Amino acid sequence: MTEPAIQIRDLRVTFGGVVRAVDGVDLTLHQGEVVALIGESGSGKSVTLRSLMRLHPPRRSRVEGSITVAGRDVLAMSERQLADYRGATVSMIFQEPLLALDPVYTVGEQIAEVIRRHEKASRAEARARALELFQKVRIPSPERRLDAYPHEMSGGMRQRAMIALALACRPKVLLADEPTTALDATVQIQILLLLRELQREFGLSIVFVTHDLGAAVEVADRIAVMYAGRIVEEGSARDLIRDPRHPYTIGLLKSRAEGALAKGSRLDAIPGSPPDLAHLPPGCPFAPRCPLAIEPCRADRPPPIPIGPGHAARCIRTDVSPGLLARHPEPAPA
Amino acid sequence: MIPEDRGGPAQPLLTVKGLLKHFPVKKGLFGGASAKVRAVDGIDFEVLKGETLGVVGESGCGKSTTARLLLSLIDPTAGEIVFDGERVGSRALSLKEFRRQCQMVFQDSYSSLNPRLTIEASIAFAPQVHGVPRKEAVGRARDLLARVGLEPRRFAERYPHELSGGQRQRVNIARALALQPRLVILDEAVSALDKSVEAQVLNLLLDLKEEFGLTYIFISHDLNVVRFISDRVMVMYLGKVAEIGGSEEVFERAQHPYTAALLSSMPSLDPDNRTEVAPLAGDPPNPIDPPPGCRFHTRCALVEPVCSAKEPPLAATEGSHRAACLAVQPGSGHSLAPAATSVELAA
Repeated sequence: MTEPAIQIRDLRVTFGGVVRAVDGVDLTLHQGEVVALIGESGSGKSVTLRSLMRLHPPRRSRVEGSITVAGRDVLAMSERQLADYRGATVSMIFQEPLLALDPVYTVGEQIAEVIRRHEKASRAEARARALELFQKVRIPSPERRLDAYPHEMSGGMRQRAMIALALACRPKVLLADEPTTALDATVQIQILLLLRELQREFGLSIVFVTHDLGAAVEVADRIAVMYAGRIVEEGSARDLIRDPRHPYTIGLLKSRAEGALAKGSRLDAIPGSPPDLAHLPPGCPFAPRCPLAIEPCRADRPPPIPIGPGHAARCIRTDVSPGLLARHPEPAPA
Repeated sequence: MIPEDRGGPAQPLLTVKGLLKHFPVKKGLFGGASAKVRAVDGIDFEVLKGETLGVVGESGCGKSTTARLLLSLIDPTAGEIVFDGERVGSRALSLKEFRRQCQMVFQDSYSSLNPRLTIEASIAFAPQVHGVPRKEAVGRARDLLARVGLEPRRFAERYPHELSGGQRQRVNIARALALQPRLVILDEAVSALDKSVEAQVLNLLLDLKEEFGLTYIFISHDLNVVRFISDRVMVMYLGKVAEIGGSEEVFERAQHPYTAALLSSMPSLDPDNRTEVAPLAGDPPNPIDPPPGCRFHTRCALVEPVCSAKEPPLAATEGSHRAACLAVQPGSGHSLAPAATSVELAA
């Protein structure tokens, strides 16, 4: 078997010495695989993603553990090595392309700049490559759009331009941080399908961060659910949707308003709110909100419990948790 | 100040007629010929007493402008708003009185609270403006805090930055209810919340609606949430109403091709049945120069020449379900239009 595209071992990221944003994440991504990291704000999904490119300010953050991308130790790289690594091996797309793109250069210039920074290419060659990329991401009238400034493009178009920019130097790994969250529904599905298509064509490995389970299922082979800085459940998209075992995953699935529900019925909401990352409880961080929590849950952090091939959950009650799926919320008071 | 029901249950709480808002934009270097953003371009709808009307549509469709027009936060270019039989701004119903009866909750829970007031003071502020003595207003604020799930003893004295997003949105809901309104407009009120918190707040909204006999206008881009909470749904596209009808009718038997596309753009949540083809290409067009005729014809799968020539009226398709699409309107000239029945010809 070939070496994995990404290997993260016991990643810990602390901000300001107290906030444990990522608290022991292990994740392996094979070549050509798409993994979605899902979770709510503060779950550590974006922090994990940014660590893969070492985007955290070194003065205010401490990153421990190991990160290997395409066989290279990311945490050991010098600034110079990092600059070569970013964009060429790994690149990233963001939620808000208007903030990620430079407003004073045309998108064509920005793409050409990336190509010329990493490879020997003349201006004309770089522009030709940029045009080719614009065709790949299906921007209409690409020749003309290369000379557009970011503000002259629509939201969907800008996101396509940012994907073109990210793929300019044929990276092996694409990191996507909520790339469709700011887009309209009819545009979101177009971008999800585009990512899926480009992934196949380029054999990309993608880490896709989202809070939207639906978007994750549309693109990902595997899904990792994060809560309070840890991956609490990981498995194939099918396992996670059909046979979720962690009470948090089950809670997320059940709290969704979906399909036809009887009028006046209530959603099965998860009670409480996520824990304060500066004061994590000693045991399972989900225990205070969990309907199945028992004494041992509050004492020790649960290890990953294997459930099936490639499917594991950090929960000591996975034997009884499927019962939660069937339980219905109390009927609304008459 | 108990709100009284004037027109009886059959009279719509809110009737909107020909509501229009054009924003001028300068075009060209010398600001000469000015163009207009047709943000809301002539819409009519009613909100019935005790119902929740969901409003959906993509950015630029005019749903938030509509909300702001309803509360007179911006002035309409044209149109009329009638609240329980009285025209807003008339002698019988002053703007101030109307605003007491109609409140709004915004998407950004932080920027809609005064950072220098404790949440208790924020909630008690508006009733005092309307003449409630301070003590009574504060007492009521505490009751409301308890009602939205924030224990007054722990939370009343806190400032907005000391709360989480979900807690702040509960405060905004309590504040909206402080004036005992009859209509609450929720403009993307749960969109910024995490999914697990969103479900809690949606449940709370349902409880409060029953308890206080409220009517909601619920604006959201999340179709699942709109379907869950709404009795009727209005779909907007580029400043016009594309379709309006009962929630299940619209979701199960969408008449307008735009509604159908919007619905099939929702991720499937089924790993074995992923979406293979995007229902629509491209982004919504610019509302500055909307396409002539049916505004959706540039992206529509059912487009025919008649669609760019003729603007479809919002016409009944079945019962109270109405859609602005020539393909479902008898005698419209569209090849898919159903044959006109004798009753319709007579009418």
